[in-house]
Amino acid sequence: MSHWVIAPVILPAMMAAFIVLVVRFHPLLQRVFSLAGTVAILAVAAGLYWTTSDGTILLYQLGNWAAPFGIVLVADRLSALFVLLTSVLAVPVLLYAIGSGWDMRGRHFHALFQFQLMGILGAFLTGDAFNLFVFFEVLLIASYGLMIHSGGARRFRVGVQYVVYNLLGSTLFLFALGTIYAETGTLNMADLAQRIAALPMDDSAGIRVAAVMLLMVFAVKAAILPLHFWLPAAYATSPGPVAALFAVMTKVGAYSIIRFYTLIFPPDLAITQGLFDTWLLPAALLTLTLGMLGILGARRLDDLVAFAVVGSMGMLMIAISVFTPAGIAAALYYAVHSTLATAALFLLADVVGERRAGGSLGYDPAPPIPGSGLVAGLFFAAAIAMAGLPPLSGFVGKLLILNATMADARMAWVWAVILSTSLIAVIGFSRAGSAIFWKAYAPEATLPDAPPQPAEPAPPLDAAPRPTALPMVAVGALMALLVAVTVFAGPLQRNFAATAAQLFAPAPYISVVLETPGRTVGHDDGEGH
Amino acid sequence: MELLVASSVGVLTAAGIYMVLRLRTFPVIVGTALLSYAVNVFLFASGRLAVNQPPILRDGVSAYTDPLPQALVLTAIVISFGMTAVVVIVALGAYLSSRDDHVNDRPDRPIRQDHQDRQDHHGGGEGAQP
Repeated sequence: MSHWVIAPVILPAMMAAFIVLVVRFHPLLQRVFSLAGTVAILAVAAGLYWTTSDGTILLYQLGNWAAPFGIVLVADRLSALFVLLTSVLAVPVLLYAIGSGWDMRGRHFHALFQFQLMGILGAFLTGDAFNLFVFFEVLLIASYGLMIHSGGARRFRVGVQYVVYNLLGSTLFLFALGTIYAETGTLNMADLAQRIAALPMDDSAGIRVAAVMLLMVFAVKAAILPLHFWLPAAYATSPGPVAALFAVMTKVGAYSIIRFYTLIFPPDLAITQGLFDTWLLPAALLTLTLGMLGILGARRLDDLVAFAVVGSMGMLMIAISVFTPAGIAAALYYAVHSTLATAALFLLADVVGERRAGGSLGYDPAPPIPGSGLVAGLFFAAAIAMAGLPPLSGFVGKLLILNATMADARMAWVWAVILSTSLIAVIGFSRAGSAIFWKAYAPEATLPDAPPQPAEPAPPLDAAPRPTALPMVAVGALMALLVAVTVFAGPLQRNFAATAAQLFAPAPYISVVLETPGRTVGHDDGEGH
Repeated sequence: MELLVASSVGVLTAAGIYMVLRLRTFPVIVGTALLSYAVNVFLFASGRLAVNQPPILRDGVSAYTDPLPQALVLTAIVISFGMTAVVVIVALGAYLSSRDDHVNDRPDRPIRQDHQDRQDHHGGGEGAQP
């Protein structure tokens, strides 16, 4: 039994407690420990990914209790991939938060950041449905704190909407879990897979209700169309680095859908035939359309990126909802790409807000921002990736999704929507870029008909502190990762295909979880008196 | 017994949903609390209803109640309690900062964040307080 599996949960939990209890009055030490913890998680995640990349399934039994009775953590290829993605994202985001000073504009940023990581990583690793609920709550309660970090009337207002919406989602999650337990008598995922497969057809009404309720819960997390309302305002209002970290939070919903609907309710399960595939794909297509229309209709840069998140989740869901190995493999590639791309865009939007006079992210004209060439260039590259134009990873991801949906009966719809919404996204992004970076009026001092000024350039209007290099390093790191995802698309895609194959052959997962020996009785009974 | 538990879950859920759809934050929070009560009773009943039976193995007892839903419902109670506390504080913050306790955005009274953030940042020395 490898103890490394629980490290991504324990490490941030201990680090958060340490930061909040011991170094709460030392900003520098907070930054040092938070960064060190995040880098350590990255190392552990890379190790887990390496260990599971040959198909090994790692199991961790908490308290050494055997599976259906005890809670287990499981690291297979899919879990390890998402754990690695989260920790890869967390490092540049944390660097950005430190470099831009966001972490000191309110209390407890670093502790909440670590708790957020704990919740996300735990949700990816757990092998127990109720434990998944608990980790959802951990990541949500940390996200509530992070979302209203540094306060402000608008942020609180949107925060209330966000918290209430997710409380309703959690309630629905509990109803679904209660129904599942009442029908099957277990909440361990591997055990559920076996018992649901053995349920008789005419006694399946309850479990079908539970399956659909669960899908709705995950659709809330993943912002699928009728349930996406919480996302645009919440992400657009969050502080920049927090929104960038949230880019992986929607992926928790996507991960849960992939896990539950390949392991517990696989596509060939007789009792849930026709329940999801009939409406998940249309919902995904509508989500993509709405997200891309939102990009076109946005009047501010942060709204634009928030709608880009909605659109990318729609694209991801299209690939998932065909429920084939090729579709899942394409979805995994697109998940990696869209997480990095949206995070980069959120950070760039925040850079623009920091440097623009008045801090406005609206499309109204404002003096050119300092260092606008670099920022505009990075925005251009990130927008190309997000909109799915060659040569960056969005294009590869979109090709993979188009390819995976080719065999589907509804291929014409899928292709038409994906291709036409791409065009809408390109228009939306070019409008935003030209409004923010080109339609800038020069400060009065440099107008051609103004009297000549001293040679020294005029200071920025609101005398903002000199931009430091660290934020741009963080954005640059995300862009470098995007380029790497593009360049190594071939090896990555082979890896994701193997991941999808592992998901569609769940027998090893089930046997590892259920047949690994562990304690089944307490010490008193076991050792005898 | 079944009728009583089932109808209490149903009534609590219906009342909770009605309250959640109200305009102002306080009824909405009461609604989420009602919904969490409903789901707690529901979870408790998910292990079948058994009256006056022990959940833990004992000598000479043959009928038991399922102990797992009791553990689940305990977890759910703790979590919903914490969440309710959070939503009360956030709602209070929203009310105190904008003197308005509507849940929805109001198009006639837009609140924008930009200026406040950047002013806090540029003006307030070490780590601004909200």
